[in-house]
Amino acid sequence: METAYLIETVIKIVVILLIFSALAGIGTYFERKVLAFMQRRLGPTNVGPFGLLQVAADGIKLFTKEDIVPSGVVGRIFKFAPVITAATAFMAAAAIPFLPSFTLFGYEVHPIVADINIGILYILGIMGIGLYGPLLGGMASANKFALLSAARGAAVFISYEVITGLSILAPIMMVGSLSLIDFNNYQIDNGWIMFAQPVAFVLFWIAAFAETGRTPFHLIANDHEIIDGFGTEYSGMRWGLFFIGEYANMFFISFVISLIFLGGYGDGSLLGALGFLAKVAFFFFFFLWTRAAWPDVRPDQLMWLCWKVLMPIAVINIIITGIVMM
Amino acid sequence: MFEAIAFYLFAFLTIAMFYITVTTSQALYALTALAAGMIFISAFFFILGADFLGAVQIVVYSGAVMALYAFGMMFFDTTREVKEKQGNKLIIFGLSSVAAVLLVVIFATPIVSDNITALYPMTEGAGNTQEVGMVLFTKYLVPFEIAAVMLLVAMIAGIVLAGKKMDQSLTLMEEDEIRHMRDEQNKKVLL
Repeated sequence: METAYLIETVIKIVVILLIFSALAGIGTYFERKVLAFMQRRLGPTNVGPFGLLQVAADGIKLFTKEDIVPSGVVGRIFKFAPVITAATAFMAAAAIPFLPSFTLFGYEVHPIVADINIGILYILGIMGIGLYGPLLGGMASANKFALLSAARGAAVFISYEVITGLSILAPIMMVGSLSLIDFNNYQIDNGWIMFAQPVAFVLFWIAAFAETGRTPFHLIANDHEIIDGFGTEYSGMRWGLFFIGEYANMFFISFVISLIFLGGYGDGSLLGALGFLAKVAFFFFFFLWTRAAWPDVRPDQLMWLCWKVLMPIAVINIIITGIVMM
Repeated sequence: MFEAIAFYLFAFLTIAMFYITVTTSQALYALTALAAGMIFISAFFFILGADFLGAVQIVVYSGAVMALYAFGMMFFDTTREVKEKQGNKLIIFGLSSVAAVLLVVIFATPIVSDNITALYPMTEGAGNTQEVGMVLFTKYLVPFEIAAVMLLVAMIAGIVLAGKKMDQSLTLMEEDEIRHMRDEQNKKVLL
């Protein structure tokens, strides 16, 4: 029994790693295409049909590029930092149910690596650690722009963590559990939490942008101010690891939002599963849409927004939820 | 068997990380090792089945060490080594050994004398998080509330200390407004 469980878990981990590493690559293709169409350009067209093989070309470039470690950096931390971003993104995926359980060759498969009963807390915690990658990369780089980016990273981290934690507290109070599967099952009977908790939904969504470092809050690697921030001194696959981490995080946070607020995969039928993937795709698309449509905010504006606007709203939301539930 | 492997692996990793924290003279190594050690400790909670406390350990300490990084950034050039004043090594070694032995004795005494009894046994059907909540809001209610009040006091004190001139923003001020403000401050210093 134990050996079978071990083999099953290892297979699941490998499948998730492969799928989401590939998806991170394809995500860059979609991002370029979507941004291009929104800005009335064509995007990648030359490599392969519709430019689809651009992903492979980029991959070859990243893998074969010379790995440069500049002389002034703190060597070990500099080399280790990209691994943190990529690894924590995938570690967080361990507690996400990607699909309803299905039967494959007479064997019931649960597409979740570890069904721990504190799923959400674990996912948010591990995703929080993911910000150590940019922070350490920036501090070890011995580059002023990278250091600025690291300082911004720390400020962003302290600001958005509060919002994610507080906004998600109200749905947790309603469901009475921290497991994402319980969230899914609660919403089968009671309707989507998005309608019962619209404020929490919007707050969590905003915080997700800060968490993944996407455009309105893309301060830690803001090209037109601080070059590439923490990534300035990186080259080749080390930079690629930051990239994979960022895109994997976008996919995983889309899964989490859909599970918590939009009913997840519902009762587990094929339709529910497809609907779940459609919701995830919409949230991923929304990340790209915002990037095309909105400018970046300043770091002080982000902190002002998080501490002075969103946090009081989140606290009031929790209090009102508590009063209603009593 | 997996439990034993995991325990020894994480025990070794945790001790190695904290050893690096206290011995290295590179601020960035020390902070990173501290963060890693704190996160590895959460593995012990997971092994013991206390998932909630494990996740809380990760969330709390990753945020706390992040604040230390910010201080490190402000006070040091973190890419250079810090020159430390080395005191008498014998005294340092002796004191830390005594402290370590004392800690082990403190924790080992109840185990040796079989003095541990579970006052609050597991409630059937209640999850990990609910268990923590039940104990926190019955037996430990007073310490819990006092801790909450103390944190509130600390927060208000922090805001009062740091909140002077919070309504002024250098980014929003005009160039000559800033110059005027500087002149005013310089006048005060000269007087």
